[in-house]
Amino acid sequence: MDQFTINLLFVGASFALYIGIAIWARAGSTSEFYAAGRGVHPVTNGMATAADWMSAASFISMAGLIAFTGYDNSSFLMGWTGGYVLLALLLAPYLRKFGKFTVSEFIGDRFYSQTARIVAVICLIVASVTYVIGQMTGVGVAFGRFLEVSNTLGLLIGAGVVFAYAVFGGMKGVTYTQVAQYCVLITAYTIPAIFISLQLTGNPIPALGLFGEHAASGEPLLTKLDAIVTEIGFKEYTLHHADTFNMVLFTLSLMIGTAGLPHVIMRFFTVPRVADARWSAGWTLVFIALLYLTAPAVGAMARLNITEMMWPNGTNAQAVSIETIENDARYDWMSTWQKTGLLDWEDKNGDGKIQYYNDASETMQAKAAENGWAGNELTKFNRDILVLANPEIANLPGWVIGLVAAGGLAAALSTAAGLLLAISSAVSHDLIKGAINPNISEKGELLSARIAMAVAIVVATYLGLNPPGFAAQTVALAFGLAAASIFPALMMGIFSTRINNTGAVAGMLAGLVVTLLYIFLHKGWFFIPGTNSFTDAEPLLGTIKSTSFGAIGAMVNFAVAYVVAGMTKETPPAIKELVESVRIPRGAGAAHGH
Amino acid sequence: MSDNSSNNAYWAANMRIILISLAIWALVSFGFGILLRPMLSGIPVGGTDLGFWFAQQGSILVFLAIIFFYAWRMNRLDREHGVDEE
Repeated sequence: MDQFTINLLFVGASFALYIGIAIWARAGSTSEFYAAGRGVHPVTNGMATAADWMSAASFISMAGLIAFTGYDNSSFLMGWTGGYVLLALLLAPYLRKFGKFTVSEFIGDRFYSQTARIVAVICLIVASVTYVIGQMTGVGVAFGRFLEVSNTLGLLIGAGVVFAYAVFGGMKGVTYTQVAQYCVLITAYTIPAIFISLQLTGNPIPALGLFGEHAASGEPLLTKLDAIVTEIGFKEYTLHHADTFNMVLFTLSLMIGTAGLPHVIMRFFTVPRVADARWSAGWTLVFIALLYLTAPAVGAMARLNITEMMWPNGTNAQAVSIETIENDARYDWMSTWQKTGLLDWEDKNGDGKIQYYNDASETMQAKAAENGWAGNELTKFNRDILVLANPEIANLPGWVIGLVAAGGLAAALSTAAGLLLAISSAVSHDLIKGAINPNISEKGELLSARIAMAVAIVVATYLGLNPPGFAAQTVALAFGLAAASIFPALMMGIFSTRINNTGAVAGMLAGLVVTLLYIFLHKGWFFIPGTNSFTDAEPLLGTIKSTSFGAIGAMVNFAVAYVVAGMTKETPPAIKELVESVRIPRGAGAAHGH
Repeated sequence: MSDNSSNNAYWAANMRIILISLAIWALVSFGFGILLRPMLSGIPVGGTDLGFWFAQQGSILVFLAIIFFYAWRMNRLDREHGVDEE
């Protein structure tokens, strides 16, 4: 059986499983559609939240970004896990006690203002749509590779599948499907990592293998990696090269953003009790950590494997020849990925070999002049292909490659579905039922939810064709937006009785607008390429990249809310009582919708 | 329902636990993982130093410990102050 058939088999079987579960658990009432009847156990909820949370960014994109940058991209690892501490300590238990369905309902009630609720809905939609764009980028890469079509066609097919899938069920279908997806994605991520760790270090646990010994050379793996990448002109993998201030801000943005993302917060509305909301955040992080502890190992080991493949006899001998790439089965992955347009090479000096090195490095330029090289010949290596190509690079059996295909799609699909659900409930429940037409029928509400999903996916697909960055970078922008708008409002709503309606609205708007402006100035207006005035290499303010601005946006939000609240009318006593009651677990009954 | 002063004591205790937890959260990530890494560079871990380990794995393990500690501690605090869910 050829690889294409194996991939289709694995992807097809996993899809059949998810769709089967979605039909079995189809949502009947609106309450079930949004919150699964609140009967979900913390461990189950944690697993589903982990699947919901770990998207194409975590599964497909992150290890690739770490692989090609090393230590400096540790921000992704710390940022996307550290946010759960904020969520567990500062938000989850209180929002569960409050006991409504959506994030904007809390903001609307706590700040006793329909305007606050609508502003929250807008913030939520902006962040979620940006997030879906990142997912679509990943979906495009995955479908492009496994259907062996171009990235663009892969994206269009993927969009159709995501839509059909998300419309099928509501939260209940999604919760149990996501448990299945978690199992698929974690297996798919871990198995190749174990194989590769065994090959390179002899240690079956990749997280330990990363700090273990490189079996072939007897040196520590990371020492070996540092040596080989510097030999071809790249910076040491383990050292700190990036700007420290920007790295701190970026990490903080990802952390605050994690705690401000509506589709994650919504999950904590679905546990039975306040105590469970606290445990649930912990269980979620356990399931996330299983992947996140493996990811840095995947990145480092893949970087080593790729470099060694391009220099099979060491960096001082001859580079790999085109003949080998075209004929040796171990290099088949290069031709298959070339078809997607995400990997490419060019024999610039016509010597029949592909020299892969950093042509920006001066020592390498001297070496190139000496050897007659005409620049780096591995001309394109999209970071997002690394994880998916990894089992092929390590020459693992066909079924592992098929499994990774299914895992990557599970990651992208589960998150895209969760986000579409958050967007659709924001539009139908908060915007239409909450503000525009309170008398809408249940049927009408479900219909408008589905229309909102369709619109969101069309916009995301269109923008996903020219994404503002690799999947994880686009997703990082979404986190910045969530960090700047939603998180501060929720936190102030719980921890301060002083912040009033006007303060909260002003804060959210200020945070969202400055962050969005900063992102658009660097990434182009509405992410349209070429309309940007600055780049992340030379940002507007000091060293602050657009992906790191969310932390600044959050501070603006806090500051504006505080100042405006100080100048306007005090919070009414009834709202102060509401805040007091949210802080105490006792009396957290079943949630009520309206 | 418990009275107001008991609720205030509960909230003050909660705030104390949150602040300590967040101090540790920041220390292992922004501290050991980034800003204090030069100070930890003398401690070797598998071909690199302790700061690298904290940035890529250690902080995640500490985050887990913080969340489970907080859940356990708060559920006990709820009962001590009689504010747990019956």
